[in-house]
Amino acid sequence: MGDRPLVEFDHVTKRFGDMAAVEDLNLTIAKGEFLAIMGSSGCGKTTTLRMLAGLEAPSEGEIRLQGARINDLPSWRRDTPMVWQSLALFPFLNVRENVEFSLRMRGIGGAERRRRAADWLDRLQIGELAERNIAHLSGGQRQRVALARSLVTEPEILLLDEPLSALDAHLKVRMQSVLADLQRQLGITFVYVTHSQSEAFSMADRVVIMSRGRIEQIGAPREIYRTPRTRFVAEFLGSSNIFAGTLVDAIGDGAQVDTPSGRLRLATSPEGFATGDAVVIAVPGDRIELTATLPDAGDNAIEATVMGEEFVGATATVYLEAADGTEMRAQKSHADLEKIDIRTGQKLFVGWRPEHAHVLPPA
Amino acid sequence: MSELNRNPLIDWLLRLYVLASFAFIFAPIAASFVFSLNEDRFPSLPLGGFSTQWYEAVATDPLVWEGLSNTLTIGVIVSLVATALGFGAAYTDYRYRFFGKTVYLALALLPPTIPVIILGLAMLAFLSRVGLSGQSLSVIVAHVVMTAPFAMAIIRLRLSQMDPDLEAAAWNLGASEWAAMRHVILPFARPAILAALFITMAVSFDEFAVAWFVSGLNETLPVRVLGFLQGQVSPRINAIGTFVFLTSMTLVILAQLVLMRRPKEGNPDG
Repeated sequence: MGDRPLVEFDHVTKRFGDMAAVEDLNLTIAKGEFLAIMGSSGCGKTTTLRMLAGLEAPSEGEIRLQGARINDLPSWRRDTPMVWQSLALFPFLNVRENVEFSLRMRGIGGAERRRRAADWLDRLQIGELAERNIAHLSGGQRQRVALARSLVTEPEILLLDEPLSALDAHLKVRMQSVLADLQRQLGITFVYVTHSQSEAFSMADRVVIMSRGRIEQIGAPREIYRTPRTRFVAEFLGSSNIFAGTLVDAIGDGAQVDTPSGRLRLATSPEGFATGDAVVIAVPGDRIELTATLPDAGDNAIEATVMGEEFVGATATVYLEAADGTEMRAQKSHADLEKIDIRTGQKLFVGWRPEHAHVLPPA
Repeated sequence: MSELNRNPLIDWLLRLYVLASFAFIFAPIAASFVFSLNEDRFPSLPLGGFSTQWYEAVATDPLVWEGLSNTLTIGVIVSLVATALGFGAAYTDYRYRFFGKTVYLALALLPPTIPVIILGLAMLAFLSRVGLSGQSLSVIVAHVVMTAPFAMAIIRLRLSQMDPDLEAAAWNLGASEWAAMRHVILPFARPAILAALFITMAVSFDEFAVAWFVSGLNETLPVRVLGFLQGQVSPRINAIGTFVFLTSMTLVILAQLVLMRRPKEGNPDG
């Protein structure tokens, strides 16, 4: 098969009545990659996954699995097992019978079924639960049963539909590492649908960000984080500061942008823009310096009022507002914040080095 | 539960109320049972001696045996057919969205709301027109119409408790639609299907009015009872009544038991 992608979505559209859940989707998924599809609810991510699983038929376009068109192939004839958000374990079967289910449906004999199921249960460290009733398992154990049940046929691809959303925060992180390790060991393709940025960014090789049935951006997690391609992506990730303005002049290597919050400096003249064009700048919140006095000349600085703080683990997000009402945020460690002793209502300078600003490409 | 916010007077009144309701419902049946074992010809107090003579009289009456055998045969066939139909209707409701579904559901659940006299008359008129009146088959047809909605209601309730992803999960794991039906839907609905079998049999077993209209010479037991009553008042009726009551109660209690059963640990073979 060589470099042929495992899955290809070729101009795929899915309509429910008048509503297009997925519109003109083009996406290739490579063999062995961990792809996360991310977006808010109703963005089309689950529909995309369900089309791949054969639970929805595309209205237009073609889906290919290993080069072969699968638009009309019923779900039970594809080997595209899915881990469901609800897990969808069979309550009238015990753990082992749940795991054996797909082998039984494929007509594999009892002894072989038992051996392979036991193998997978051991692999997921739930071997001793084989004869247990599903109702008597904890959330994490059920998760492992669902994984074993999907992987027992040794498929080329595993589909996961928000599988961790029902778990508490601690277990979520543990299962994330179980999933990531599993994917690395098996070397098969994982397609992981989620609305959680931390899940997508911590596990995936590539992240697809969807909105209203369309792909906003595809890329490696860090690439999307540092260089969002659209304003939607920058806002959706929620970690960047966004400034809209007009490009005033491109002096030498640098350039300047007039925004309602003031004149901002860019390290390089943005490609594809001319003087007078509207531009949108994104500055990651963790690149922001907060200072009580005006920072060095050459850096950008906007005077702003502290609106509040939010603590998440070792970092805090400081919310600020410029005189013109532009909202800004800075992610800082507690150690950094102790140096300036932040109080709500205090005036501070929000600064950053020109090279840390990212100009969104022309629409 | 906390005792803090409970008024003992209300507790006692509620208990009394429940007790009174049961007494009211079961007193006539209990009286019938008591008199069936009384040697007196007429039900009167004080009771005469204990006797099983009325049961013996019933047991030696060939008409009673014929009625019982008709009732049982019809009951078994009706429960099988009605449960199959009820399952089909309930599954259709569970699985598909289609135009006119509300009307379909209303029609499917309609028969028990029709007064039995009207249903009986209509059945008689219709079945005689198609040449089916006065046979066991007529009673079967009529009873299936009457009981299938009960089966549907019970199975529908069970299917509504099913994780909507379960069937799709089976397809996703390689089960064709038929295999998913056999290995997922039917096992999940099994308690409700058993309950539906018992309930429909109980309803058919007891049903009098429609059977009276359409049965002709193939009388069921309840129709036979009316025959007795029209002839002469006899404690034999108490004996039959007790038997019919116990049978129906057994079926209904069985239905309750299968519906309430908890999942058991380590099911050895699914």
